Amino acid sequence: MRSLRILAEAPISPFRQRLPNPYMRSSFAAIALLAVAALPAPTLANPYETKLANGLRVIVKEDPRAPTAVHMVWYRAGSMDEKDGTSGVAHVLEHLMFKGTRTLKSGEFNKRVAEAGGRDNAFTSRDYTAYFQIVPKAALPEMMKLEADRMANLTLDAKEFAAEIKVVMEERRLRTDDNPQGLVHEALNSTLFQAHPYRRPVIGWMDDLEHMTWQDARDWYRQWYAPNNAYVVVVGDVDHREVFRLAQKYYGAYKSKALPERKPQNEPEQAGIRRVSVKAPAKLPYLAMAWKAPKLRDVQKDRDPYALEVLAAILDGHDASRFSKNLVRGSRIAQSAGAGYDGSLRGEATFTLDGQPAEGKTIAELEAALRAELKRVQDEGVSAEELARVKTQSIAAQTYKRDSLMAQAMEIGGMEASGLNWRDIDTLLEKLKTVTAEEVQAVAKKYFTDDTLSIAVLDPQPIEQSKPRKPSGAVRH
Amino acid sequence: MKQSKLIAPHPHPRPGAGLLVGSLRSIIVWRSRALLALVCLMTSLASSLVSAGVKIEHWVAPSGAKVYFVEARVLPILDVQIDFAAGGAFVAAGKAGVAGLTRGMLETGAGALDEEAIAGRLVDIGARLGGGADSDRASVSLRTLVSRTEREAALELMRTVLSAPTFPQAALEREKARTIAGIREAETRPDAIAGKRFAAAIYPDHPYGVSPTVETVSAISRDDLADFHRRHYGAKGAVVSIIGDVSRAEAEAIAQRLTEALPAGGGALVPPPVKMPQRATIKIPHPAAQSHVHVGLPAISRGDADYFPLLVGNYTLGGGGFVSRLMKEVREKRGYAYSVYSYVAPRKLEGPFEIGLQTKREQVDDALKVVNEVLTDYIAKGPTPQELAAAKKNMVDGLALRMDSNAKLLGYLSAIGFHGLPLSYLDDFAGKVKAVTVEQIRAAFARHVKAENLVTVVVAAD
Repeated sequence: MRSLRILAEAPISPFRQRLPNPYMRSSFAAIALLAVAALPAPTLANPYETKLANGLRVIVKEDPRAPTAVHMVWYRAGSMDEKDGTSGVAHVLEHLMFKGTRTLKSGEFNKRVAEAGGRDNAFTSRDYTAYFQIVPKAALPEMMKLEADRMANLTLDAKEFAAEIKVVMEERRLRTDDNPQGLVHEALNSTLFQAHPYRRPVIGWMDDLEHMTWQDARDWYRQWYAPNNAYVVVVGDVDHREVFRLAQKYYGAYKSKALPERKPQNEPEQAGIRRVSVKAPAKLPYLAMAWKAPKLRDVQKDRDPYALEVLAAILDGHDASRFSKNLVRGSRIAQSAGAGYDGSLRGEATFTLDGQPAEGKTIAELEAALRAELKRVQDEGVSAEELARVKTQSIAAQTYKRDSLMAQAMEIGGMEASGLNWRDIDTLLEKLKTVTAEEVQAVAKKYFTDDTLSIAVLDPQPIEQSKPRKPSGAVRH
Repeated sequence: MKQSKLIAPHPHPRPGAGLLVGSLRSIIVWRSRALLALVCLMTSLASSLVSAGVKIEHWVAPSGAKVYFVEARVLPILDVQIDFAAGGAFVAAGKAGVAGLTRGMLETGAGALDEEAIAGRLVDIGARLGGGADSDRASVSLRTLVSRTEREAALELMRTVLSAPTFPQAALEREKARTIAGIREAETRPDAIAGKRFAAAIYPDHPYGVSPTVETVSAISRDDLADFHRRHYGAKGAVVSIIGDVSRAEAEAIAQRLTEALPAGGGALVPPPVKMPQRATIKIPHPAAQSHVHVGLPAISRGDADYFPLLVGNYTLGGGGFVSRLMKEVREKRGYAYSVYSYVAPRKLEGPFEIGLQTKREQVDDALKVVNEVLTDYIAKGPTPQELAAAKKNMVDGLALRMDSNAKLLGYLSAIGFHGLPLSYLDDFAGKVKAVTVEQIRAAFARHVKAENLVTVVVAAD
């Protein structure tokens, strides 16, 4: 369900578990990372782009609404570029990027950003690693200087690594090991993909983290951190010519590097349904189904990815979508139900359905209900009204997005990360609007066969009977 | 369109709203959740913002509702939020869940519209209704395009939902069932268990410490919701915040239109007084790999003169992300935790001061020892002059980016209105931050964070 309808005083639905207060507050990330296809922006000359001689591309979008700026650097190196045995290294290096450089002490980076009144963070995905600062505009030159510095001058050492790898292991425990749905997603990915690197979790397998060395991180840095494997995105109250000049000054000093060969690692064709189940302490079961699907390669000629995007929106794009209406409210089979398709990525795409059965309903009943919804589209198609709603939602989102600098920067960065061009942001919206009911029905028929389906389920275990991960003594209240 | 790229998306910053279900793949791993957290926490508390150039207009509508308005003409959008003193703190004993269900059910039927009609209309005009209920307030917010057709339809829908909810029995039964399933699920999760136990422990015999249970939710009737709405969603207690591409005259008409048909009730309400807890350590078994730890107590209410010293002081202790002492000692030096933080969250009455972290269960005693040492030292000595200067610099220079969107400003308007803060709050903010001294911080911590009242909750303790 797109938005949950009950907002109790203590968060109580399974998807609104009581997180420590601050955890609830990362909303801007969610806003910022909306699927790129949904959120194009009107562009004339703005944004602006240049390319330095060393291969670094710089994209600037001038938006003078407030005296602030977002500065991001994206590296085309994510977990899909890792090798077996060092899974998680892209993300570990991201953590280490906040340690010292040849001229900056460890921790100094965050300190400088904080003192400028800014905030900063970084994130790693399967396709890329990105760093950003949001600052009062006067601080932009200093941010560019700092970010450029750690592109080439990071000093990695064994001691910093030893503390930080423990932090990453704690992060894994928090995200995955103690998170039943996290475990299910990890199991699903490693079932769905057997050859393609998307089978590995971004955070890395725990065993790989335990055996990682500081040299693994150093090697990663040396291989992938280069101006010709990166791009800069700046959005805010800035003059693009000045940003270009600063980029030349700070990033222009580095030479391009020969990058490692990227082998395709295509997934062999799946022939037959795959099922996996995960036991973990929980109450409600959980089901996730994923079909192999085409991704967006040619924004002009492709049609199916747009139709799949529209299909996902019709099933689960808003509160009046089919899953909310039919499964959560109508038949009440589902406590929650969702659909997702992301065709903008470097690797291979999937179309996913997931959900939790309502109390008293089973996983089998939920799976049947999700399949029945697909079958309805296959047999009866979708209505003109449903198509119109998807378009309305896209257009409104396009306007609302302009209220956030970060959302605009993420849109540009994300588009580039998937191998598309930011200039096609508008094209995606236009193409989405041209999708017909027949095309939606056609993709529903074409891609949802059991031969390319993988299913993962959570088999909930009572917490009283679940053992702690390590032996422990008696517990006192 | 569904976004599916995130590992931990929280589409709503409000307590009570939640994770997006369909984020299927663990694709993006953030370096720090706490840092994001910090920023948004400050935002939602309207504790950090600014000044120059934001003109807040205030008036009382004929309906009796208080109105706060900022004209913002750049984008063709309109944001409206209405807040009521209708949070969990106003719910009768044994009825926990009523505040959240009342708010959540507003969109399940209103006037002549059923929930499908309401959802359909919103989608057709590209508008979004949001909000939720926390311990003090219940909120309904609207974002719409400002073009006439869309705006008119959106405001009419919001008015109907606010003024004439029907609380259909069938929808109530379903939502009660979903809520109960959610409670049972939460009872298996270490973070949820820790949060509830912590609230209960620091607020003994007080509605701030009460969470809905299977029993209380089961007992809620349609009449309970209708009654709660009648008593707590009145125009006199309503705070209307408006920002967007409309004029003052239009904003006046909007505020009146949205509140004129509200129930007659409402008005100044205060929850019962908060009692301080006794120092205690509560350990709760759970098989998780990590222990979840909360340390804290009820600390400060809105309007308390010690608020700025506590807020500025907390930045150095655990509010300032990577530059905070807790982050340095617990995470950076020892690798004990991915997330460790402290915050001060003033409410109508004493809201919590809290330190939180998660750590491998075998080392939880060591981590707690570090936390307690840092806290004790900080309470005794406060920040160094250098730390205080850095905190001020961040909070003052960072004001611009805490209010660089209509969405953020809307949050500030509603906090100013709901808590009766001065209209000049944003203008005064930098000055108040700059005026804080080390001595004031020490005194404020000594007054509000007393060792004898500190409660520690550890879930998945050995």
